[in-house]
Amino acid sequence: MINGAEIMVKCLEAEGVEIAFGYPGAAICPFYDALYSSSIRHVLVRSEQNAVHMASGYARVSGRPGVCIATSGPGATNLITGIATAFMDSVPVIAITGQVNLEQLGRDVFQEADITGACESFTKHSYLVTSAGELPRVFREAFHIASTGRPGPVLIDVPQDVQEQLIPRFQYPEKADIIGYKPNLSGHPMQIKRAAKAIEEAERPVICCGGGVVLAGAREEMNAFAGKTGIPVVSTMMGLGAMSNAKSSWNLLPEQEEPVYLGMIGKFGRSYANRAIGEADLILLCGARVGDRAIALPNQIAEQAKIIHIDVDPAEIGKNMRVDIPIVGDIRQVLTALTEQVKPGGFQEWRRQVLEYKNQFVPRGEDREDAVEPRSFLRTLSRLMDEDAILAADPGQCQIWAAINFTQRSGRFLTSGGLGTMGYALPAALGAKLAKPRRQVVAVCGDGAFQMSFNELAAVCACHAQLKIIVMDNRRLGMVREYQNIRHGGRHIATHMDGNPDFVALCRAYGIPAALAENNAQAEELAREMLASPTPYVLVCRVDPETPSV
Amino acid sequence: MRSRSAVSQIPKERIGFADDLCPQKLWLQFMKYTLSVLVENQPGVLSKVVSLFSRRGYNIDSLAVGATENPGVSRMTITGQGDDYILEQVEKQLNKIIPVIKVRSLGTDAVQAELMLVKIGCDTQNFGEINQIAALMKAEVASVSKSSVTLKFAGDPEKCDTLFDLVRPFGVKEVARTGVIALEQG
Repeated sequence: MINGAEIMVKCLEAEGVEIAFGYPGAAICPFYDALYSSSIRHVLVRSEQNAVHMASGYARVSGRPGVCIATSGPGATNLITGIATAFMDSVPVIAITGQVNLEQLGRDVFQEADITGACESFTKHSYLVTSAGELPRVFREAFHIASTGRPGPVLIDVPQDVQEQLIPRFQYPEKADIIGYKPNLSGHPMQIKRAAKAIEEAERPVICCGGGVVLAGAREEMNAFAGKTGIPVVSTMMGLGAMSNAKSSWNLLPEQEEPVYLGMIGKFGRSYANRAIGEADLILLCGARVGDRAIALPNQIAEQAKIIHIDVDPAEIGKNMRVDIPIVGDIRQVLTALTEQVKPGGFQEWRRQVLEYKNQFVPRGEDREDAVEPRSFLRTLSRLMDEDAILAADPGQCQIWAAINFTQRSGRFLTSGGLGTMGYALPAALGAKLAKPRRQVVAVCGDGAFQMSFNELAAVCACHAQLKIIVMDNRRLGMVREYQNIRHGGRHIATHMDGNPDFVALCRAYGIPAALAENNAQAEELAREMLASPTPYVLVCRVDPETPSV
Repeated sequence: MRSRSAVSQIPKERIGFADDLCPQKLWLQFMKYTLSVLVENQPGVLSKVVSLFSRRGYNIDSLAVGATENPGVSRMTITGQGDDYILEQVEKQLNKIIPVIKVRSLGTDAVQAELMLVKIGCDTQNFGEINQIAALMKAEVASVSKSSVTLKFAGDPEKCDTLFDLVRPFGVKEVARTGVIALEQG
């Protein structure tokens, strides 16, 4: 005989899960007991929300679903922000929660919460398991749903008595067969042909890379397509990392096979990238959901340009923008097919024009001696970091500073672009580090966001993870303060972080080496020391509160 | 800091005409729609469908759920109002719900029916009139008491409305309607 909890662990093992992030409690105890004799590594978090963020960071970097665990009631409700964060960024996460005994369900007993109901609108799917016999099917389906099509979080809620229920044997289904879930991946050949024709007819086409390109792992395909056609590429915040922006000088028109990458569009994006979108007569949206931060007035853009939209989720096509040629399918497959059909070369004049816009641009923010100028420091840091380094950034000014100043080579940029969850960077970076221990991982946090998740410094220590953390300390909630400057006549309320601790002393209390940089020269020197050190390291930068985002 | 939205880069003269063609204006032209949704018969599927409508701000006029020829599958018939954009979004979003097997938008020629129970306050004097209306509309007198009569009527939703309008002057005490159920012609 085998009990439900052992089945759950065996399911995770069958899915090849190596690490799980969680926090135990009464209702999930049988599962933890079964985990005792498993080879799955468990990372004890300090707050359940961060368990989801860690699973999210792990999933984004490893390409496999991240697993997080919490108990019933408050443990489960603490997961919600993390689950919603993963949902908005389409990250495959499996959240496992304990639940009160089946027979007590609905009686408002101690630590009962309707977590499947509460998470209805931000899980891709959820299960409340009512017998141990269902568990293998549920786990198989959950991993399939989370990781295929448009990825997303799946919640599995397992009552305590189901975890303890004995059944004769365990058998894991070979494949999941869900009648109502068959993602279309290949893209309709007719639509791909139409798209190829539209590209041929266009004069000023632009490719807009969204998070879908990164999620689909279509980096090579995108570079091949952009290289062959010569179409300039811009990216949304979630699409950062799909293209390399390491090339700083564009004085000469690039070779035909070399993609022209302009950078991030949107409210906080690069002006020349926005200008290219604004002047384009054909826009290829690739895995981009046309969020308001990326494209503020989509209908006006659609008036003057033909729109091709490639997305694996049919509901994204036409949701926020009128579309001329919809293609439902996996970006990799569609781009591969499209690359075969398009003619090489062309658009020389247009390429020259957008590069001229780019060359006119002078990056803002210069090294300072009285404070650390975060924008120039992030450019310096990019130069010091490895080719394949991973950078995680917290929402707020840090997100913008990092997004537009971090040089992408073959690395990754992790941020909560959809929900904009403060405190995401540190736990996500830890998850990423545990997924790829050999790669350099740096988290950039503001002092506000850092204080939402610095409790996970304990998890960083416990994991012996060589995580590097930069705290941009301006003693303000910088982004909100900026809004107050623009929209509310500089009436600053609730944005001054009175009572901030001494971050260096705080980190040292965890046994983590930390240092304070008062200017850019110091910051650069300490960054070198940080990146070279074999331990976790926190670099606190004193930042002028008046520094703008862009 | 200047806002650097993509649109701010568009030359003014090119967005001049955009206003007239703006799809948002077309969204105001609402029409009735009927969706027939096949779902896996499992717990929570109704709440998944309903929460989708509420969170995306789509309205529901009626929702009827019942068994089908297959015990593992239920059929939901949903009626609501919206323009083409909303209808397309509703269909696509419904399709994303995992236990939803199939979504079909039914045209106006679909076979539609609704069951209505209406309790009317009456005395011996106007009972005859109500009985006449019932006979005219082919409604069944389901229950009679000293102070009320309850009619049962099955038919297309417009006829339910007509019957309701006819008996309203007598004083309607309670109404129960099942919501529309529908199947495609042929």
